[in-house]
Amino acid sequence: MRCPSLANDDHGHDDADTGHDDADTGHDSADTGHDGADTGHGNSSSSQSGHGDSGHGDGHHTAPITTLPIVSWKWHHVETPYIVALWILVCWLCKLIIEANHHVTSIIPESALLICFGFILGGMIWGADRQQTFKLTPTVFFLYLLPQVILDAGYSMPNKLFFSNMGAILVYAVIGTCWNAATVGLSLWGCHMGGAMGDLDIGLLQYLLFGSLIAAVDPVAVIAVFEQVHVNEVLFIMVFGESLLNDGVTVVLFNVFDAFVSLGGAKIDAVEIIKGIISFFVVAFGGSLVGFIFGLLISLVTRCTKNIQIIEAGFVFVLGYLSYLTAEMLSLSAILSIVFCGMCCQKYINANMDERSVTTVRFVMKLLANGSETIIFVFLGISAIDKAIWVWNTGFILLTLLFIFVYRFIGVFVLTWILNKYRLVPIEFIDQVIMSYGGLRGAVAYGLATMLDEHKIKERNLMICTTLIVVYFTVILQGITMKPLVTWLKVKRAAVSELTIVEKVQNKVFDHMLIAIEDISGQIGHNYMRDKWNHFEESWMSRVLMKPSARKNRDHLFSVFHQLNLKDAMKYVTEGERRGSLEFIRNESAFVDFKKKFGDEYSEIMPDVTADTSDDHGGMSAMRRDPVPSVSLELHEQGMNGMRETEDVNTHHLLQQHLYKGRKQHRHRYSRTHFDVNKDENEVQEIFQRTMRSRLESFKSAKMGVAPPKPISKHTKKDQQQKMPNGKSLEKSRSYYSGDEDFEFSEGDSASGYDSSGNSFPMRVTYRAGAGIENPAFMDDLDPMSVVQIPPWLAEAELDSSMVAPSQRAQVRLPWTPSNLRRLAPLRISTRSNDSFMMADPSAAQQRDEDQLPPPPSPPPPPPPPHRD
Amino acid sequence: MGSRASTLLREEEIEEIKKETGFSHSQITRLYSRFTSLDKGENGTLSREDFQRIPELAINPLGDRIINAFFPEGEDQVNFRGFMRTLAHFRPIEDNEKNKNASTNEPLNSRTNKLLFAFRLYDLDRDDKISRDELLQVLRMMVGVNISDEQLGSIADRTIQEADTNGDNSISFNEFIKVLEKVDVEQKMSIRFLH
Repeated sequence: MRCPSLANDDHGHDDADTGHDDADTGHDSADTGHDGADTGHGNSSSSQSGHGDSGHGDGHHTAPITTLPIVSWKWHHVETPYIVALWILVCWLCKLIIEANHHVTSIIPESALLICFGFILGGMIWGADRQQTFKLTPTVFFLYLLPQVILDAGYSMPNKLFFSNMGAILVYAVIGTCWNAATVGLSLWGCHMGGAMGDLDIGLLQYLLFGSLIAAVDPVAVIAVFEQVHVNEVLFIMVFGESLLNDGVTVVLFNVFDAFVSLGGAKIDAVEIIKGIISFFVVAFGGSLVGFIFGLLISLVTRCTKNIQIIEAGFVFVLGYLSYLTAEMLSLSAILSIVFCGMCCQKYINANMDERSVTTVRFVMKLLANGSETIIFVFLGISAIDKAIWVWNTGFILLTLLFIFVYRFIGVFVLTWILNKYRLVPIEFIDQVIMSYGGLRGAVAYGLATMLDEHKIKERNLMICTTLIVVYFTVILQGITMKPLVTWLKVKRAAVSELTIVEKVQNKVFDHMLIAIEDISGQIGHNYMRDKWNHFEESWMSRVLMKPSARKNRDHLFSVFHQLNLKDAMKYVTEGERRGSLEFIRNESAFVDFKKKFGDEYSEIMPDVTADTSDDHGGMSAMRRDPVPSVSLELHEQGMNGMRETEDVNTHHLLQQHLYKGRKQHRHRYSRTHFDVNKDENEVQEIFQRTMRSRLESFKSAKMGVAPPKPISKHTKKDQQQKMPNGKSLEKSRSYYSGDEDFEFSEGDSASGYDSSGNSFPMRVTYRAGAGIENPAFMDDLDPMSVVQIPPWLAEAELDSSMVAPSQRAQVRLPWTPSNLRRLAPLRISTRSNDSFMMADPSAAQQRDEDQLPPPPSPPPPPPPPHRD
Repeated sequence: MGSRASTLLREEEIEEIKKETGFSHSQITRLYSRFTSLDKGENGTLSREDFQRIPELAINPLGDRIINAFFPEGEDQVNFRGFMRTLAHFRPIEDNEKNKNASTNEPLNSRTNKLLFAFRLYDLDRDDKISRDELLQVLRMMVGVNISDEQLGSIADRTIQEADTNGDNSISFNEFIKVLEKVDVEQKMSIRFLH
């Protein structure tokens, strides 16, 4: 193969490293030799502390046993794993200390702080040893630390977002990286030729090799920084996707140039270059294919792990790791392999595995990724404290920094300029700046640099040193300035601090509106390819890869939704009874509809409802003693004076918490440290159910031949309401409060209300004459489309409040405390169910109005028997 | 689908729509193909069900309100012209439009028209006022179920008080404009349509 695989190289170097270290430190490596590859940093255990030294004395020379030792000191027996574990502990403790203080992390990104901790630790080791004995070796990094980070990235990749930006990401990752590698290499070579760096023994090919290893943006560093800077999701996926894929690219480039360097400039002809290009594609696509296959394998395996649920989560990790190693073995791109593995399997394993296993996978994934990310950064810092690698060449180092920075900007801007001609949503100027500025280099570059062969490249140490400086510069300096830059650039549209409620609400409305319009106009992601893919995926892949049961669930989404809805509606009803809320009224018709329809099938559930209501009873009586709406009362009685500030805060807080977020904001966020899965899921569920319910209602009304309500009719009604004298509602409230009449009486009362009402359309006026209890359910029928129907007393109360003094309003408010509604609740159910029976036969609107006129002569007993204390 | 779209849309129709809405030729043809793909009944108009078939709208809390906004009063079908007219509200305001259209009548995507569109989402009864219950309805759509009605009611009161200047306990369109005057409506109510 032209391109030696990572692993091969690794081993060569690592062995060299090990030997080097061991020779230097003078420890014999008899027992660390066999797993030297395992723990590059651990194997030369040059005991930075006293107890290590003491361990060496007795542990090693196994003298013939003269007597039975009770306790023996076997440091060498556990040395390697012990040191590894100790280092992990130390690294994580560093993170613990850093995260303990949020004031610091809000200014300086965690990755930068970890590196600084690394400096300190490295300094301590240096002070003890005069020698840097622990450092990040390529083997450890590429085989033990990197895979889980990348696997996690792939697994939590927002697939849809990724693929809808795939083109741009690929352009940045492939062309951008090649551009960076070539320009940095060539420019450095040019400067060298111009004599800017003094006497260095670096040829053109070696410059290109260096350029290729320094070209790639590092996913670990990028995620660590961008996670804290909240940028929009397209920008995030661009930077993140690019950094993931260009790692693959840069490793391939590195290998190609490494081979070229070994071949020597003279032997490189057109054929070799073409081979290099071919190998580039083979390595990249081959790696992706391996990952894809392993992804399918994971999906298949998890399909049949029902009986071993306890370890099924483990398959994901083992197979994911195997996909990495397999690609490495075949000298394909291991990074791409594990990325695609994670991306392919996420959907199927989430469907196939038990819910708890999915949670386990998520947590363990985060643990591993976050853990090794921490270790990587700490060791990046530790590696710096080493005199051997510090070879200073001002020209080389500064020029590298400059070129990296400049060419990154040029590359991003040129590529974006081209891409924007084809993109649906152009990448804005500010985003381009952030993208360019976010070109952080990290551990991958360092790992590659340490893999350089000292025999082939004389200035290896200079390159390592430069790479480290680049990494520190980008991670620490750019990382720290990233957040201020983002806020500074966005300053135009910021001013978030003092939004009025109107603005707050309206902003959300705008968000939802835009999303809906985008969906309607089919702007985002309804392209042909995806439809085709979805179709293929639906019909083939899901069939093979998903459990039949999981698939069935998806197929019968609606029936599941239906049952959910049914339960939900019942819950709403009970909830509504308890609270006396608007929801109750709104959902009533849906509830009754379900009951009617599924009365037979779900009769077994109905007792539950009654049980529920009786359960709630206790709660209700409790609530009655403590009338709730203190908030609104205060609001008015205080006349907006003293209470205003706290009110404001409360309301804002309330809104902040409860407003639905637009999909733009909360979906597809990739975060390694925090993953917020459930909340938005719930939200989506909630909205979905709500929408479906309201549609069901309108559908029902449409079926009965009632056109969607003309808003005009409501208009007239309201006008009439306004004319109503104030005292009326007070009187009504009193009638509510005399709430101890028995059930039959109130029933009759409301019936008389019906009688007088239906004759003329603006019925609220007339049936007020009945002075009885209004049945809000009745109102709902009038206007089934209006999703939240305000109960009449409430509506009047509102209107009154403009005329009535605030204190009076307080009294008006009282009627809708639960105590009244509770009494009304069973009544409502009874009449409504009856009503809906009559409505079952489709009739014209005219007919329907009349339907409501005659009260049912003998109302059937309500399904949930009326509860009274 | 694409070929059919271009065949069915006559050139003069495109011209008219172009003049009315400001969309470019390719935007119109593209949106027309979207229109036809939504139009399952294949009768040249969209019904509410056609819109409701878009799955994303089901999880949009204001989805149904926005669907309603597409339909002229009292009608339950919308043709392509109407469809485009509604979408035109969301066209970003281009730089050259700002001065050019000052003389002619206001384009659909002007700030006022954008705000009017937003206002109409609340104002179901079209009395040019957002009453408390209209506001409450929208609020209820926008918040989770775990916010109580009392709380929501107080939010609505507060909202109205913020905006209400003439004390009629409702928000008129002028008050609506005024209260949102600091908001960058031009940007917040614009999406970029594919060329």
